[in-house]
Amino acid sequence: MTAITADQLLARVRGLLAAHPPADTDRTDFLRARFDAGLAWVHYPEGLGGLGAPRSLQAVVDAELEAAGAPDNDPRRIGIGLGMAAPTILAYGTEEQKHRFLRPLWLGEEVWCQLFSEPGAGSDLAALGTRAVRETDSGDWIVNGQKVWTSSAHTARWAILIARTDPALPKHQGITYFLCDMHAPGVEVRPLRQITGEAEFNEVFLTGVRIPDTHRLGAVGEGWAVARTTLMNERVSIGGMRIPREGGMIAPVAAAWRDRPELRTHALHQRLLELWVEAEVARLTGERLRQQLVAGQPGPEGSGMKLTFARLNQEISGLEVELLAEDGLLYDDWTMRRPDGVDFTGREAGYRYLRAKGNSIEGGTSEILLNIVAERVLGLPPEPRDDKDLAWKDLAR
Amino acid sequence: MTAPTAPTTPPAPTTPVAPAAPTDLLYSETEEELRSAVRALLTDRCDAKSVLARAETDRPHDPELWRTLAVGIGAAGLLVPEKLGGQGASHREAAVVLEELGRAVAPVPYLTSAVLATEILLGCDNAEATSLLRELASGRTVCAPAVPLTLAPGAPPPTPVRDLGDGSLTGTVTSVADAVAADVLLVLADTGLYAVLAASARLTPQVPLDLTRPLATVTLDAAAGTRLADPGTARAAVAGALLSGAGLLASEQLGLAEWCLTETVGHVRGRHQFNRPIGSFQALKHRLARLWLDVASARAAARAAADALATAAPDAPLTVAVAQAYCSGVAVRAAEECVQLHGGIGMTWEHPAHLYLKRAKADSLALGTAGHHRGLVADFAELPAP
Repeated sequence: MTAITADQLLARVRGLLAAHPPADTDRTDFLRARFDAGLAWVHYPEGLGGLGAPRSLQAVVDAELEAAGAPDNDPRRIGIGLGMAAPTILAYGTEEQKHRFLRPLWLGEEVWCQLFSEPGAGSDLAALGTRAVRETDSGDWIVNGQKVWTSSAHTARWAILIARTDPALPKHQGITYFLCDMHAPGVEVRPLRQITGEAEFNEVFLTGVRIPDTHRLGAVGEGWAVARTTLMNERVSIGGMRIPREGGMIAPVAAAWRDRPELRTHALHQRLLELWVEAEVARLTGERLRQQLVAGQPGPEGSGMKLTFARLNQEISGLEVELLAEDGLLYDDWTMRRPDGVDFTGREAGYRYLRAKGNSIEGGTSEILLNIVAERVLGLPPEPRDDKDLAWKDLAR
Repeated sequence: MTAPTAPTTPPAPTTPVAPAAPTDLLYSETEEELRSAVRALLTDRCDAKSVLARAETDRPHDPELWRTLAVGIGAAGLLVPEKLGGQGASHREAAVVLEELGRAVAPVPYLTSAVLATEILLGCDNAEATSLLRELASGRTVCAPAVPLTLAPGAPPPTPVRDLGDGSLTGTVTSVADAVAADVLLVLADTGLYAVLAASARLTPQVPLDLTRPLATVTLDAAAGTRLADPGTARAAVAGALLSGAGLLASEQLGLAEWCLTETVGHVRGRHQFNRPIGSFQALKHRLARLWLDVASARAAARAAADALATAAPDAPLTVAVAQAYCSGVAVRAAEECVQLHGGIGMTWEHPAHLYLKRAKADSLALGTAGHHRGLVADFAELPAP
């Protein structure tokens, strides 16, 4: 079959809209019809919400649906499922797993979270110590350990989980990837209050959690390769958002500058202009990256976008607090809450400043990402490492 | 490690800045072919050693190289319409030529003659200007605007030259780039714009920081000029040329920065200290990774400026100001990192790093500093000073 064209896709979208007019259709019914028409994620295979179309054509579908006032699947609430779990299940799942999990994931009927990081395994994720031991009689896996920085764990029905299945092997080799039922006995989720006063994240304690072998993703001991697929998709989705000129973090600062002339100083003006220029250049860099992807010539620039946005978000939000003078001394609300999504730019300046501190830590610290750029893009040699061939159980911790 | 994946829709801009029109930030096939031709020529005829050797003579320009670039490849006439003898191409192609010239710190009067003087003449609509434009487009004549290299878009052009009557011009202009390579000078006088034969002016070479772009003081003592435009037209033509020049200079800065990055990465991969390549130390890796990010960003900014000029986008002045405010600093940083990360060899006369550092630093003053361009951004984006 030759790839579907934009016109054919548009015809399909119009057919969907005609058969299920958004104004008269229940939201869930519409989303189900959209998924079954292959218009959920067009680059996925037929039968799994897609049509095997080029990924770039998704924009055509989204624009047409948005113009028709169609409901969406609230991607903000199910970001980890869409951005990380789904592409990994698609790449490594069995047919049963793909058919069981992808539809409710996309529809938002089942929220996903990611059980990767641990108190003792951050940047060195492959050193993780959560153990999965196979029970001889049942063939099930019994999992014990602790995970941390888990967004959406309190709303999630499922988790992608990596655990150690062979401590005698070097750290990258003894890991296996699982799909974990968050409602299973032994899963305990505790909010982890953060710098903003909220608890976006959680700690997850796993005590004797039973996972059937049918919920293993990929082969035993191949979990690191599977996890890398997840992590690549994570970084793409963090750095890849499209923003208009003067959109994102710079917007509220520019607005405050225009609205409140009494706050202006020469020193702040110079910094504002430098950051405005950098934000515009970052926007253009992201735009160029997208044009390269559409033209089928993806560049390595993607590896850098998250680094740039982390630094700019922090500098710009820092400037905003300073610009606000007396108001910069205030904070909107320290109440401990558990939001069901993530918001970098919402609320007030103090929140933006504090939340942005996470941007250079979450999804790979900026220091680790600089190593990745240096080694994979520039071809610089890795630092000498003595941990690669050591058995995990013999590592210092 | 766990991180949010779908940030909220960013707030819509509240800016008076018009939304950017679709901009083509890539290189077309034709542009890549042009690049290959220019790069092959420069690899063959403009290696660092010969640039350095030439820079130490009293003839820093390379007329043979210019002839092949301007006439053979046709690069001199890229901005000139075909009906006026040019290639009928655009700023996008000229930008690619400048990227390559920057990469080679080539001592040719491209920015001055094929961009600035050409754009000034394109802004003067009369027979004399058109005929001069034809000569420039053919590459046979080199023309330099007799203005200081630091003259910036948005700054009022100084008019130190007075017309004593009948186009008899008297006055002195300093820091005129490429004047010593020019056949004709474009002189802005109180009564308009004039073409003056370089032979009728007194050119006093200055000792330039950037050895590859010679500067001279131009002294006119009742020199005969041909009038090309009245004062109003002249000012507009010069303003347009400065905008184009500043926008395209960003591409020269990009090429220059790219050379510095590539050269430095190559050096730290091969140089061993402490029994390992020095490029395996994180202190150096992180610096180079940051520089790579800066260069990738500079490419987007420079391409945006070239495209905005080529399509005469309404927001071209803002896009150019953004590109200059950004790319100037990247080129200087790249050249400074190149010197530092080469260690002692980076400080020598023998290694070409200094040619790039000097060009980068001089470029950061040419056609307006980053600070001047940020001031323009403040005007266009309505972010006024206190």
